[in-house]
Amino acid sequence: MTRTLGPDAPTSPPATRPDRAAGLTFRNKLSHLDVKYSPYLYVAPFFVLFALVGLFPLVYTFVVSLNNWNLLSGPGEWVGFGNFVKEFNDELFWNSLFNTMSIFLLSSIPQLIAATFIAAVLDQNLRARTFWRMSVLIPYVVTPVAVALIFSNMFSQEGGLVNHLLTLIGMDPIAWKLDTLPSHLAIAGMVNWRWTGYNALILLAAMQAVPRDLYESAELDGAGSTRRFFSITLPSIRPTMIFVILTATIGGLQIFTEPRLYDAASVTAGGAHRQFQTTVLYLWEMAFQRQNFGRAAAIAWILFVIIVLFGVVNFLISRRIASSESRVISKRAKRKLDRQTTDMR
Amino acid sequence: MTTTSAPTRKRKTMGMNRRPGFLTYGILIALLIGGAYPLWWSYVVGASPTSVLSQDWPPLLPGGQFWKNVAQVFDTIPFWQALLNSVIVSGVITFSVVTFSTLAGFAFAKLRFRGSNALMVFVVATMAIPTQLGIIPLFILMRQFGWTGTVGAIIIPTLVTAFGVFFMRQYLVDVIPDELIDAARVDGASTIGTFWHVGVPAARPAMAILALFTFMMAWTDFLWPMIVSPQNPTLQVALSQLQSARYVDFSVVLAGAVLATLPLLVLFVVAGKQLISGIMAGAVKG
Repeated sequence: MTRTLGPDAPTSPPATRPDRAAGLTFRNKLSHLDVKYSPYLYVAPFFVLFALVGLFPLVYTFVVSLNNWNLLSGPGEWVGFGNFVKEFNDELFWNSLFNTMSIFLLSSIPQLIAATFIAAVLDQNLRARTFWRMSVLIPYVVTPVAVALIFSNMFSQEGGLVNHLLTLIGMDPIAWKLDTLPSHLAIAGMVNWRWTGYNALILLAAMQAVPRDLYESAELDGAGSTRRFFSITLPSIRPTMIFVILTATIGGLQIFTEPRLYDAASVTAGGAHRQFQTTVLYLWEMAFQRQNFGRAAAIAWILFVIIVLFGVVNFLISRRIASSESRVISKRAKRKLDRQTTDMR
Repeated sequence: MTTTSAPTRKRKTMGMNRRPGFLTYGILIALLIGGAYPLWWSYVVGASPTSVLSQDWPPLLPGGQFWKNVAQVFDTIPFWQALLNSVIVSGVITFSVVTFSTLAGFAFAKLRFRGSNALMVFVVATMAIPTQLGIIPLFILMRQFGWTGTVGAIIIPTLVTAFGVFFMRQYLVDVIPDELIDAARVDGASTIGTFWHVGVPAARPAMAILALFTFMMAWTDFLWPMIVSPQNPTLQVALSQLQSARYVDFSVVLAGAVLATLPLLVLFVVAGKQLISGIMAGAVKG
């Protein structure tokens, strides 16, 4: 490994060159400065850039939200929390929040269950392991825009593949674009199609970290594969599941591309009756079509607070679970130990 | 993230060593079909006249006019310009994120300085912040500077990510032994020399994974490029314009979707294994 230090690293001890003592103290001083202060230079680019393009815009969003601010004419008069009040009294805002939550739940819950199931299927002694892992990841390389175009066509009401198949098996076609629940299902379907395999691989990694001896001893004790899955696998991967849920939440509450491109024929963004207009889509419409930057900024801040709250609650719950779990496990282990010692007697 | 440290695979004689049965492979084949079929279907329709959609049976095999439809894609959107823009945007963002993340990650993992813990807590906390919601002031600023419609405006907001710093720090903290840093210092190496000769070689695998995911994130991004530069679009924005253009057939839109997926499919074939190990090593969305 010293090879990597390069040939220019001095190797001879300084004591052999007493004539350069004065230079050395200067160099020592330099090196002291280097050790003490240069770490800041390494982290500075990140913090400076992040402050400029990440934090400052968020703070400035708040400033914009306190003003009447038009896209074209710029800042108007100060209105305090007027924009927030308007949003809380606007039916369209609540509609967008409802749509966001509905699509989020329809995509995250089935996705988590399916991903866990797929991970368990992959967590076996498979032939051609890499091939199967890659195959569940295919949808991930299709970009959200392409996914939206493809699914928008597949769920189209006239001549779409899904309705075509439904009529072939004798069912009535469904108004996938016009009705609220079907459109939410289709949009959630896009998210699920693209992300389930990806999350399955994350969960698979967690499953593989479970010590195999645990399974073996459980099998010796007569636990079937279902029992082993629920009693060993699921509890062991819970931290990873919480992590997956958290990232799915942050992404899911900001869903935009899929509903934006789901129905090209609709003049209103998010469906003719805004039946699948999510909050970010509503924000975009407010800013760039209704040109009201002040209210759009207020929407951004409300959504920001909601996402952070979700994150905090998630964090607290997961910590709760983790601590109570370790207590349960230690209790169980103690009981088992007691039993074993009594058995031995 | 913490649970995925190198799985020690002990597969002995029992249980898990059994080869799974037909049911497992049946499920896997069904998943493969479910994952690939929408793409195949896009190609089938994208290579046919739109009239196939009104047949009694959905088409199963592609027609012969994929290139004819592709030609119409080229007529409708500035495909090559958009492709070039996407390559520039994703390339610059990837270079910037990987460089600054490695620098900061190295400092957080291996250098001692006052306030490093507090700063790291700050990085972790900001990972959950949806910076995407800052689009309104960003747009105001870009327009003030007259930068709308340029690739620079698309790039700037994603020059650094908190996740990148966190990811590099987590990797380097385990990979480089502290003794190595101390030894380099005793040998008289400067901090930058230590970074260059010890940090970067050790960080290379993680840099590759971070590069792959950052590239994917930049390539697939849609909201911000659509807002700030619709007139000089990235590939994703151009593709969305294909859909909203008038008098464009379904089959042309799907031909465009297939065409735009090809670069990532190539990436997937070349770097699929790295992608998988990256995901499994705890590289996350974004």
